[in-house]
Amino acid sequence: MDKFHSLKGIAAPLPIVNIDTDMIIPKQFLKTIKRTGLGVSLFYEMRYDNDGNLIKDFVLNTSPFDQSKILVAGDNFGCGSSREHAPWSLKDFGIRSVISTSFADIFYNNCFQNGILPIVVSPENLDQLMTAAKNQIEFTIDLPEQIIKAGNHSINFEIEEFRKERLLQGLDDIGITLGYQDKINAYEEDKKNKKPWLFKKN
Amino acid sequence: MSNQGPKTLFDKIWSEHLVGQREDGTNLLYIDRHLVHEVTSPQAFEGLKLSNRPVHRPEATIAVADHNVPTINRQNIEDPQSKIQVETLAKNTKEHGIQYFDLMDQRQGIVHIIGPEQGITQPGMTIVCGDSHTSTHGAFGALAFGIGTSEVEHVLATQTIVQNPAKNMRISVNGELPFGVNSKDLILYIIGKIGTAGGTGHVIEYAGSSIMGLSMEGRMTICNMSIEAGARAGLISPDQTTFNYIKGRPYAPGTEHWDQAVEYWSSLPSDNDASYDHEIVIDSSEIDPMVTWGTSPEDVVSVKGTVPNPSSAKTENKKKSIERSLEYMGLKPGTKITDIKLDKIFIGSCTNGRIEDLRKVASIVKDKKIASHVQAMIVPGSGLVKKQAEEEGIDIILKDAGFEWREAGCSMCLGMNPDQLKPGERCASTSNRNFEGRQGRGGRTHLMSPELAAASAITGNISDIRDFT
Repeated sequence: MDKFHSLKGIAAPLPIVNIDTDMIIPKQFLKTIKRTGLGVSLFYEMRYDNDGNLIKDFVLNTSPFDQSKILVAGDNFGCGSSREHAPWSLKDFGIRSVISTSFADIFYNNCFQNGILPIVVSPENLDQLMTAAKNQIEFTIDLPEQIIKAGNHSINFEIEEFRKERLLQGLDDIGITLGYQDKINAYEEDKKNKKPWLFKKN
Repeated sequence: MSNQGPKTLFDKIWSEHLVGQREDGTNLLYIDRHLVHEVTSPQAFEGLKLSNRPVHRPEATIAVADHNVPTINRQNIEDPQSKIQVETLAKNTKEHGIQYFDLMDQRQGIVHIIGPEQGITQPGMTIVCGDSHTSTHGAFGALAFGIGTSEVEHVLATQTIVQNPAKNMRISVNGELPFGVNSKDLILYIIGKIGTAGGTGHVIEYAGSSIMGLSMEGRMTICNMSIEAGARAGLISPDQTTFNYIKGRPYAPGTEHWDQAVEYWSSLPSDNDASYDHEIVIDSSEIDPMVTWGTSPEDVVSVKGTVPNPSSAKTENKKKSIERSLEYMGLKPGTKITDIKLDKIFIGSCTNGRIEDLRKVASIVKDKKIASHVQAMIVPGSGLVKKQAEEEGIDIILKDAGFEWREAGCSMCLGMNPDQLKPGERCASTSNRNFEGRQGRGGRTHLMSPELAAASAITGNISDIRDFT
């Protein structure tokens, strides 16, 4: 997995609440069997009209926001479906961090699997960052220090330690868990005796 | 969480499945059953291949194609990408020795319908699937939640998941349900009350006499939409209704283990003095048949109500959000819900595609005709639901009324297959999401119960089942 240490760049403002994963990447793009190539379809229905032409005033279609590495968005970002295509499309577009007042659980988790940093801030800080983003002020996100800097704002954020480490080191989660194979096998042996119906072959 | 003291249903399942703690402080939770479908699994199988890892316990996984499948002429999937996805699932499951119900198998259907139907879903289990509506299985007192594709790969490779415990929330609904009010109305009401982020970080346990009085089908509708309230999972205590439903199903414990299993299942309900991080109590007499007016499942109103006015919103953000929804939905503030004219009716999905739902619809539309301006389709949740409905003559009643009778699948709940709304079309839908573009670009979705959708099909407007005779 890609590492995440720090990030410097333009942030796109998306002042909409409840941005769901259907909005982030609509269903017709879930038919792929690959993880890559979805960036061009990110926010498809907001970015393109019925004929597939760019909607010029949508923020990600305007310069310099078409080069954004960060999104600043309204509350409950990523609600709805579990599709990991949502973080895949964000990443493929170039977005490596999303800032909001809250995230839906599955989306939040999916981000960390893909080297994307979702950051929760207070409503007051979100308002400040939304304004800074609109004004095209460059953001700096420092994960080791857990600080977002934008203009004269300097905002600390919380992140669980294990998630931080995984991003900083780009760890392979499955590889780590496979290190506990003996424990998993022992668990299964124990349950075969205690709950045999769960191991019945059909 | 301590091992001593009173425990909730969630606490009990959690501690029973803890394999151990990793060095990074995270917990490894054992997964009893893994359900797999064609859309969120190909990249996971590809990941296994690239890292040369086997599937840890193939017999704990069951696969089916449901999202992409056509509901007519299913021998031939016309969309080449959909076809590749379905074929990829068949190939991957064969390669790894995973049970797969193919499109011609009568057991094929929506993954969350067939799990319970086959007896795969059982109390006290941990169940995951790369699909947010995995919460459905919580109706059996199983801890069931949706995961992303990277986690699908993790479960395939290790039969565990990395998780930290959720918080406990209990929502109790008490009292006899008023006439015309059923499980769909209950859950829409709850989502309206706590909001789409109200359950974030929590597992919601539904309790109280209204909930425990529901059939398994009704309980599944409730737990199914827990994700729409932002919750990780929904749970309902297993009881005799649960055991009766499971007994004799193909994957259920056989007679040799039945008593032992029931004894264990009976130990699962939350202890009387267990404590919750959050508690909500609802009196069912305050609930009406509910309908959504906007583009979020929290945008609910009584069918007797009106479209809200943005100026009545408490915050500027909420006002903007209502304005955006009304513009998308093509609705004016103050419009009576029952004055909203419909183009399409969709009955089906993992929320309301079970036999009980189909029976209700049939009882309402029997000897009637759908309004001349609406197109109505009914998509059974599985091949076996379809077969049972046909044995009961339900298909004849529905076809006589003007409904299209389709093959099983997710269909227009998300419109990955050809069943979609056209821009501006307005649909009464028994599914779970009314997001912008969900049922087709520019499509307008009103979520409601099968009873309301059936009554609305006949009148052509959103209708109150209580006025309908």
